[in-house]
Amino acid sequence: MMPADDAISSLTDAERPSPLTPGTPLAIQVEDLHKSFSIPTNRVDSLKERVVRPFSGRDHRQLHALDGVSFEIHQGEFFGIVGRNGSGKSTLLKLLASIYRADAGTIRMAGRLAPFIELGVGFNPELTARENVVLNGVMMGLTPQETRSRLDAIVEFAELTEFIDLKLKNYSSGMLVRLAFSVMMEADADVLLIDEVLAVGDAAFQQKCADAFREMKAAGKTIVLVTHEMRTVEEYCHRAMLVSDGSIHYIGDPEEVGRRYLQLNFEHEGGSAEPDPADESLPSSDEVRMLDSWIEDAEGNRLDNLEHGSELRLRVDLEILEDVPGLEMGFVIANADGVGIFQFAVRMANASGGSELAAGERVRVKADIENLLVQGRYFVNSAVNRIQDKSIALHAHECVDFVVFGGEPQAHGNVRLPMEIEAVVSNEAER
Amino acid sequence: MSEGTAKVAELKEVRGPAALGGSSRRFFDLLWLISVTEFKRVYFGTVLGYLWSLIRPLMLFGVLLFVFTKVFKIGSDQAEHYPVLLLLGIVTFTFFQEATVNAVGSVIAQEGVVRKTQFPRLVIPLSTVITSGLNFCLNLVVVLGFILAFGVTPMWTWLLFPVAMLALLVLTTAVSMALSVLYVRFRDVAIIWTVVAQVLFYATPILYPINIFENESYERLLMVNPLAVIFEQVRVWVLEPNAPTAVEAAGGAAGLIPAAVIFVAACVFGVWIFKREAPRIAEEL
Repeated sequence: MMPADDAISSLTDAERPSPLTPGTPLAIQVEDLHKSFSIPTNRVDSLKERVVRPFSGRDHRQLHALDGVSFEIHQGEFFGIVGRNGSGKSTLLKLLASIYRADAGTIRMAGRLAPFIELGVGFNPELTARENVVLNGVMMGLTPQETRSRLDAIVEFAELTEFIDLKLKNYSSGMLVRLAFSVMMEADADVLLIDEVLAVGDAAFQQKCADAFREMKAAGKTIVLVTHEMRTVEEYCHRAMLVSDGSIHYIGDPEEVGRRYLQLNFEHEGGSAEPDPADESLPSSDEVRMLDSWIEDAEGNRLDNLEHGSELRLRVDLEILEDVPGLEMGFVIANADGVGIFQFAVRMANASGGSELAAGERVRVKADIENLLVQGRYFVNSAVNRIQDKSIALHAHECVDFVVFGGEPQAHGNVRLPMEIEAVVSNEAER
Repeated sequence: MSEGTAKVAELKEVRGPAALGGSSRRFFDLLWLISVTEFKRVYFGTVLGYLWSLIRPLMLFGVLLFVFTKVFKIGSDQAEHYPVLLLLGIVTFTFFQEATVNAVGSVIAQEGVVRKTQFPRLVIPLSTVITSGLNFCLNLVVVLGFILAFGVTPMWTWLLFPVAMLALLVLTTAVSMALSVLYVRFRDVAIIWTVVAQVLFYATPILYPINIFENESYERLLMVNPLAVIFEQVRVWVLEPNAPTAVEAAGGAAGLIPAAVIFVAACVFGVWIFKREAPRIAEEL
């Protein structure tokens, strides 16, 4: 998705007119939509099987892909639909596109719809570009005459004028994609339904696509975009909808949708449970045992994901197993590739301020760190060292893992440091 | 990009995928365009192009003509113009066979279109019928040359030929519709149909004139096959006015009732099963 985002990001907030003023007519109205698939546990594919075993193999499992979904999209709106795999967003898209039929509920739509679930569907490699464009145009609801009259514009936009009579099987994949995208641009539908097909072409073509999209927005087209890519949604959509387990999790502000999407995404990962001190799997040595390690929020609730810019509150509980002259604990925060990003350490002190620790004592290590980490997954590696000879008493690899969301995604690096930066033009005369 | 902006479009209910789907104009545009491009692809995509589609039935015709006139020596006694009867029969049956056999896998072949776009499902089997039909029309021109060369005199009943072909077209379409959606569910339809088509070829008076049998009950039995009725009537109308008509071969109009029932049943079944299955095709694939 990367190149597409660049194309899309060139449309800035300033260019978003709000179609959400009251009274804007609706483009799509969905009411209480239900769709379930029966998944045969034993698929009967041949007549023989059905004849031989007429009743077996007909056990179905009902999969509720969509469970009572209702929403409205206004004309001229750029609407995002996001959700994890299997959330039902693709089913919803296919229902909107009249590829599936709903079990219950209604879909109402204003004007002509052009679905772009995959670019270049129906392209026939044995036919020339000219024939394919006409075929594709008609598939999108133009008449053959209309398509022929737009042929030049389409081919010119795709920068394929000199290849118009070449059979598609001789096209490169980039050329194919450009052609398909150009037909879609000229299809002149009132509602565009787009499923992550934007990652097409080289940078120059990206720019053209972005311009064309801007034109379409200006022309009051309604665009429904289904994507995984939060950046696209946040920067491009007027409103967005988060689908989860076949129902609407949240609908409204794209930033909020993005935030909730990430939260939803990482909810199921990690998650440290209350520790069992007798647990053999806890990192342990003769002198010390790690009882627990976690990250918590200001209220003391355990987290496995936190926002960029918030406070990273790392906690570790240790139990001293035999008397020791002195210990210190060190940490390394590593990224998903295992590369260390920064380290810190603390010396353990007893109640009187000395360094001697007695068997049976418990130590809690608390580290509160400003979270400058960018979006991604991180691990905490820790070790307990003997102060005298700096030897390792206990090693706990990846004792905590967490996910950071929010903030601006970065192509490179793992931290976003506070800084002042400027680029100043200096005149020759002032030197 | 201009027309959509001025008017405020009204909300209309979307009913999901269907056999026809969308406007009828788009349906017919798509149907015609796909049929013609497919026809072009098949016959202009190869070096000899259209000739191939002609050579196949002509070669079959040549072989069969030799076998049946020189080896078995049948036909010529019962049929005035046996060679052209054979040729016309082969070419006509080729249309039926080609259209239906191609229809079997047609929906699967268009999987991408069915699953990824809003596409009127009926276009798919119909376009295979039309593509074969275009090919058939071209072949008929060649057959006409043979008919005249073999000394058949033109007669007014030639005008009835299209009526018989209309019946054949309707039957072919209905069968194609049923096969195309049944194949999505049951993959053995393909094998079954090649066998059935083979049986139908022999159960239709193509290789032999219908009046070859000494026992009339065979004639009556054959007239249960709607294709046999159509082919026999074509023989009377186009080649041999004195040959037994379908009614005569069936032993009276009542003898044609089974064929008529089968014909109507096939059509009703084709439309019914297609209508029932069409909305769910994308999910079954």
